[in-house]
Amino acid sequence: MYWNEAIECASRDLLDSIQLRKLKATVKRMYTYVEPYRNKMQEAGVLPEDIRTLDDIRKLPFCTKEDLRDNYPYGFFAAPLDNIVRLHASSGTTGKPKVDGYTQADLDMWAECVARGLVSAGADNTSVVQIAYGYGLFTGGLGAHDGASYIGASVIPMSSGNTQKQVMMMRDFGSTHLCCTPSYALTLAEAVEKAGIKPEDLNLKGGVFGAEPWTKEMKREIEKRLGLKAYDIYGLSEIMGPGVSCSCDAEDGMHIQEDYFLAEIIDPETLEPLPDGEIGELVFTTLGKEGMPLIRYRTRDLCSITREKCSCGRTTARMSKILGRSDDMLIIRGVNVFPSQIETVIGRFEELTINYKILVGRENNKDTFEINVELAEGLAIDDIRFIENLRKRVGHELRSLLGIGCDLRFLSAGSLPRSEGKAVRIEDTRKLSDR
Amino acid sequence: MLVKQMSVFVENTTGRLCELTKVLAQNDIDIKAMCIADTVDFGILRCIVDDPEKATAVLKSKGFTASITEVMAVELNDKPGGLASVLEILSSEGISVDYIYSTIRSRNGYALIVIKVADPEKAIQLLQDNGISLFSKEDFL
Repeated sequence: MYWNEAIECASRDLLDSIQLRKLKATVKRMYTYVEPYRNKMQEAGVLPEDIRTLDDIRKLPFCTKEDLRDNYPYGFFAAPLDNIVRLHASSGTTGKPKVDGYTQADLDMWAECVARGLVSAGADNTSVVQIAYGYGLFTGGLGAHDGASYIGASVIPMSSGNTQKQVMMMRDFGSTHLCCTPSYALTLAEAVEKAGIKPEDLNLKGGVFGAEPWTKEMKREIEKRLGLKAYDIYGLSEIMGPGVSCSCDAEDGMHIQEDYFLAEIIDPETLEPLPDGEIGELVFTTLGKEGMPLIRYRTRDLCSITREKCSCGRTTARMSKILGRSDDMLIIRGVNVFPSQIETVIGRFEELTINYKILVGRENNKDTFEINVELAEGLAIDDIRFIENLRKRVGHELRSLLGIGCDLRFLSAGSLPRSEGKAVRIEDTRKLSDR
Repeated sequence: MLVKQMSVFVENTTGRLCELTKVLAQNDIDIKAMCIADTVDFGILRCIVDDPEKATAVLKSKGFTASITEVMAVELNDKPGGLASVLEILSSEGISVDYIYSTIRSRNGYALIVIKVADPEKAIQLLQDNGISLFSKEDFL
């Protein structure tokens, strides 16, 4: 099922011509209305009329998180505030948040993108869509909400939290689709089990999960425990919010809505473009966005892209799962460590739950690296050897994947805090001045 | 003649064992024998209680990892060589002991110890053949 077959299954020529036309317009708009970007273009010696082909995008300067912070809050807006009808902002754990402003046309385009994702996850106007992303400044809740409304589904605007009530609504209202973060989906799965409800007692068919990196192992776990098929949705508030791309039944990458976003993969060191299939930093240019268009915005997310036709019939470019956000990357004893790698290993062990916490600290000028992980429920543990043997096996797999050793600490099931939104999995207590 | 022992995984943090025993107390469960095997970051509490099924269920509901293992409760002479004579019987037949601990119970000059072995059926037969008596679940009530 497609929401917009003409675009989602369009020929490469058609997609390219749409992208080029909209790219030229975006560059003109940024150059005219966004002073900080005009300055960047002038420094680079490039004018809007220099963009004649899609490849000419390489002449254009990048936008970064820092640009947005430096021009907080409205410096990158390309529309006057009387046309802006909505503001969202990223959580901004360090310093100022990143703000995005939307015109009505931007909100319509966003709803269109989310609609395509929801339909590829099997939703339609008969679906009951439970939105358990947080509503508010975070783009997850309202973004999913508008997309689900747009396809005519019955929307339950739960927001996140209130877990027991969520479970009751899910059962009583017969929710067919669930939208939330993967870690909250797990929290809900646990609550469903605690309430003595079996997956087959629920009416769930599809789950559209995103806003944090997760692994295939976690996906399988959620599918099994909630009795649904899980789909990945990707987005970031600076670009729009969820719906920039979404996976399909083929489970072979997330389809980028290419008529609205032009994706590139670059080498984060040299900033040179990388060919399809190679892993690098994902860079987006918005196409047609009015409120806050961005050109070559560096997402810090690492993935690869393919433009081969998908077995689902869609022709749009697909991005791989995010292997890591370079912001999430920890450098421990000089080695790059991504939480997703740790999750992959933990997911392989039936003796463990998928809940974990990474603790990094510094003692005697040396990084300490500890992983706390919960033992699965119902384990029969009668002797130390069982634990030590498990510690050895998990430790061995972690070391062979990460390249460095870590201390493993086992906890009883349920002892780590449960997520209601984005899971907090890292505690890095190293002082910046030490580094 | 096996007795049900409850095994609980306990994180090595201050107050955790206290929490555990409080849960048992609140549910009116009496501990008859216990021992703790410990490492730096966790321990395993093994205990004989009057109602192991109930004890395991309440602990699980409070987030503890608890399970039931079957062990032998062996009565032996509370004098020098008492334990040695029992262990000799087992070792002569190649039965290895996984762990062993004593209870606070005694009866008429006899001490009671808990033994977990690799081959309990054979061990029970062997001990009984040698005139050593074992406690059953009822004896603990």
